Amino acid sequence: MLSRTADNLFWLSRYVERAEYLARILDATQRLSALPLAYVGTGNEWESAVLTAGCASSFFKAYETATEENVTDFLAFSTANPSSIRNCFEMARGNARAVRTALTGEMWDAINGTWLELKRFGNGPSSREETSRFLRWVQESSLRFDGSAYRTMLRNDAYWFSRLGVYMERADNTARILDVKYHLLLPDNERVGGPLDYFQWAAILRSVSALTSYHWVYRESLKPWLVADLLILKEEMPRSLASCYEAIVRNLDAIATHYGRQGPSQRQARGIRTRLQNSKMDGIFQRGLHEFIGEFITENNRLGLAITEQFLQ
Amino acid sequence: MGVAFDEMKGHDGTAVRPAYGELDRWLKEVPPDVLDYRRREAELIFRRIGITFAVYGEADATERLIPFDVIPRIMSADEWRRLEKGLTQRVNALNLFIKDVYGARDILRAGIVPEDMIFRNPAFRPEMNGQTVPHDIYVHIAGIDIIRVDADTFYVLEDNARTPSGVSYMLENREIMMRLFPELFSRHRIAPVENYPDELLATLRSVAPLSTAKEPNVVLLTPGVYNSAYYEHSFLADKLGVELVEGRDLFVKDEVVYMRTTQGPQRVDVIYRRVDDDFIDPLAFRPDSILGVPGLMSAYTAGNVTLANAVGTGIADDKAIYSFMPDIVKFYLGEEPLLKNVPTWRCREPEHLSYVLDHLPELVVKEVHGSGGYGMLIGPSASKIAIEQFRAKLKTAPDNFIAQPTLALSTSPTCVEQGVAPRHVDLRPFVLTGRNGVRIVPGGLTRVALKEGSLVVNSSQGGGTKDTWVLDK
Amino acid sequence: MRIRIAHTTTYTYDAPPKLVTQVLRLTPRNHDGQYVVNWRIDLSRDCQLYQREGAFGNISHSFTAEGPFDELSVSVEGEIDTQDTSGIVRGAVERFPPALFLRDTQLTEADAAIIDFAEATRAKSGGDTLGLLHALMAGLNESFAFDTEPTNVTTTAAEAFKLKRGVCQDGTHVFIAAARHLGIPARYIGGHYCRRDEEGPQDAGHAWAEAYIDKLGWVGFDPTHGISPTESHVRVAVGLDYLGAAPVRGTRHGGGNESMKVSVHVAPASRQSQSQSQQ
Repeated sequence: MLSRTADNLFWLSRYVERAEYLARILDATQRLSALPLAYVGTGNEWESAVLTAGCASSFFKAYETATEENVTDFLAFSTANPSSIRNCFEMARGNARAVRTALTGEMWDAINGTWLELKRFGNGPSSREETSRFLRWVQESSLRFDGSAYRTMLRNDAYWFSRLGVYMERADNTARILDVKYHLLLPDNERVGGPLDYFQWAAILRSVSALTSYHWVYRESLKPWLVADLLILKEEMPRSLASCYEAIVRNLDAIATHYGRQGPSQRQARGIRTRLQNSKMDGIFQRGLHEFIGEFITENNRLGLAITEQFLQ
Repeated sequence: MGVAFDEMKGHDGTAVRPAYGELDRWLKEVPPDVLDYRRREAELIFRRIGITFAVYGEADATERLIPFDVIPRIMSADEWRRLEKGLTQRVNALNLFIKDVYGARDILRAGIVPEDMIFRNPAFRPEMNGQTVPHDIYVHIAGIDIIRVDADTFYVLEDNARTPSGVSYMLENREIMMRLFPELFSRHRIAPVENYPDELLATLRSVAPLSTAKEPNVVLLTPGVYNSAYYEHSFLADKLGVELVEGRDLFVKDEVVYMRTTQGPQRVDVIYRRVDDDFIDPLAFRPDSILGVPGLMSAYTAGNVTLANAVGTGIADDKAIYSFMPDIVKFYLGEEPLLKNVPTWRCREPEHLSYVLDHLPELVVKEVHGSGGYGMLIGPSASKIAIEQFRAKLKTAPDNFIAQPTLALSTSPTCVEQGVAPRHVDLRPFVLTGRNGVRIVPGGLTRVALKEGSLVVNSSQGGGTKDTWVLDK
Repeated sequence: MRIRIAHTTTYTYDAPPKLVTQVLRLTPRNHDGQYVVNWRIDLSRDCQLYQREGAFGNISHSFTAEGPFDELSVSVEGEIDTQDTSGIVRGAVERFPPALFLRDTQLTEADAAIIDFAEATRAKSGGDTLGLLHALMAGLNESFAFDTEPTNVTTTAAEAFKLKRGVCQDGTHVFIAAARHLGIPARYIGGHYCRRDEEGPQDAGHAWAEAYIDKLGWVGFDPTHGISPTESHVRVAVGLDYLGAAPVRGTRHGGGNESMKVSVHVAPASRQSQSQSQQ
């Protein structure tokens, strides 16, 4: 398979996944900001949304303060922000167009349909309600694309590279939320924060669609260290770091078996997964949650480079 | 120009010609709204599968459909056989001519084609001088544009020997017609075209470098998604089952071409390239090209890769050279040309120029190196101002132009707003030349000028396409 | 006269490239005015050099060097015997009739200003082609200032003529454009010039033009020096313009920015140049 084809498939999936993540962040922030200040404290939720989206520096070049209006516009519709939802879909469709013959008809329909529909939203919704509708539409589009890939692609290297894109992006996104919100998840926070942080934890879980799962897994009320445990170590939780790495290793192994050759990316991915498997939350808190997440982000990026080097160029 | 010959009703419009008998009966049976409904259905299918093309100079319409006409253009087996012979002869002569021009130069010494028309021609590539190509084949894929003026006369309007496009429409048009009009098919016996991709692949494989040890690896090189014919490139790559590559997917090491794959470099033997000469290797031609492969010409001249078509074939489809084609056929094959040329005035010759300047309102004037219907003057339909503007252009650079009489292209029944009416058509059959000779799938791309009376069939100028049927009798 | 030439091009990369591909036209051939006594090419990396004859009879070499590396140098070195032929080139490799050299290229297209200059020169000179070409050369030599700053390898004849400044390549392009406009076949010559007045390395090769005159054949014109080539000129490559005769055309894949340093020593072989190339 051409390296460029693999590269296009990988990034196609990454951009769709990123669009969904941004929609979830905006959705969760909208809910938080609708609560009375007494419930959520005085922090600027919209600023925190910009941080978790990972585009603070470009945002603050354009705006002085973060408001619902400008953050929604910047993360969802801005053409100036290279990873706004709009640009993610543009890039996804551009990648798809370049490898049309490697996609199934259903995948092309899904992404091309999304792109065509995007035009109908024009320069963005005018009301909160419309915004909600838009954000739901983004999540549905991503689900439709993901589902059509899952249900229609041949299980060969094209499929594996496209899956790798999904999980690499997902791992990065989950880690980014943890990186921004880690202070809310420290064990001593329950005493400090009390009910004030409850909605923050709920918002974090909501951004990774894990609020319901939390209750099924722990059958307890929200506890910050359990939130961290769920998002980092629980393999059964689809957006946890551990689950992403289970999938990354599985797909890289499939490629290695198919090609009959192991390489640096397989070795690196296995290393990261092993560290996640061998970690316990106690140990992570002792060593420092923030440091742990920081290291993970660095390693995840390094794996991205290794995959590029080994297969995509 | 007189009354155009109609493919269905001949010159006088009374008797239906035999090949169109069934179609005529069918057209009389089928209610107009059904025809219209099918036409819209066809458009929907085209849009869904995404056959689009880019139109230069239209900023907002980068992806547009070429209109498709649901009434087929029909040829009898006899007509096709004659055409096939003529095309084979013509393409054989083209290949011999190109080999000669880059080699022995016999035709120049014989004084048949003037030397400076070759050497001063930008389409002549000095880099190809003295090079050999596998099996002496330069034009592996030719698109010869044919027009018809009466029951017996076909003219070659243009030879396309660089990177002719349009074959995807030939294939898709047939596919759609079979889906929409099964009952019409059942009333005819129509020669198939769907084996074109197989024939093309066999042709490409047959011209692999002599040193290729195993199954040759064939790829299709495209300029990329922004090219107007990108749809065709991806369509063909898919049908051929070969990789669709861009310049950046290939590299040359030690005079061998490789493509970058997820499993490491893989050797490439034959490149069906849809990138023009100028852009194919920044180290040999335009240094600013990012569409090409650096070092490709070294690999090519070393004989380690085949390019289809060869570099420098533009010298044969130049419109000024075109006017010599009858002599070229005679010179190399010792035969009378089976297909006629449209009479052509070469404006570089003073007496031709003065004739052309005196008769501009009657003539079609074309740029020698132009294509796609851009930069031409159609005298009879041009305004006085346009004619005067063209006259000035012609006087400053006469070498760049040729002129031809305005020919009455044949017409064929076409579905238009007012119902079924005759519209002018041409035909581009695709001629494949491989180690084992020439192959032409029976049919081609019929282009139709949808505007009443218009003679311009180019898609970029509002032309449409039709399925082309060759009957088995 | 025996001339010794040492020509080194060194590339340094701020991030190592993966693959460097180059085509070299650095090897002179013999004709009546010059004889190559010895000549060799050296690359600082181990790789295969492929030699062939290029379009205009130039000897070209191509190679692919696989990275990573931080530096790459290409050196040629050798000795040439030359003699003065009053600028007339005989016995050189000719692959095309002179008519080919009437073709315009992007770099040598004559604009209105060059056409005016060509026509004005023709109007002033008598009917003879040789005199006309000398007048063109003299006109350029007078009006054109040598300046390495404002132009580069992509500067066209028209752009350079507007600036009235440039390097030898620019003056040569203008000369070619003017000559072709007048219907005289003209071509670009890349080579070397042996300066006797000063020592030390130069940072580029030299370039001049040749024009075809009936009965005489190809005759050289060096607008930079305002003379026809002498025994000080060493002819290396022929082209329609700079691109066709460029000493090096290359690309690289991967890596960062590249910087290039050229050092050319051209000196009479009797007193070999001892100078070091400056850093």
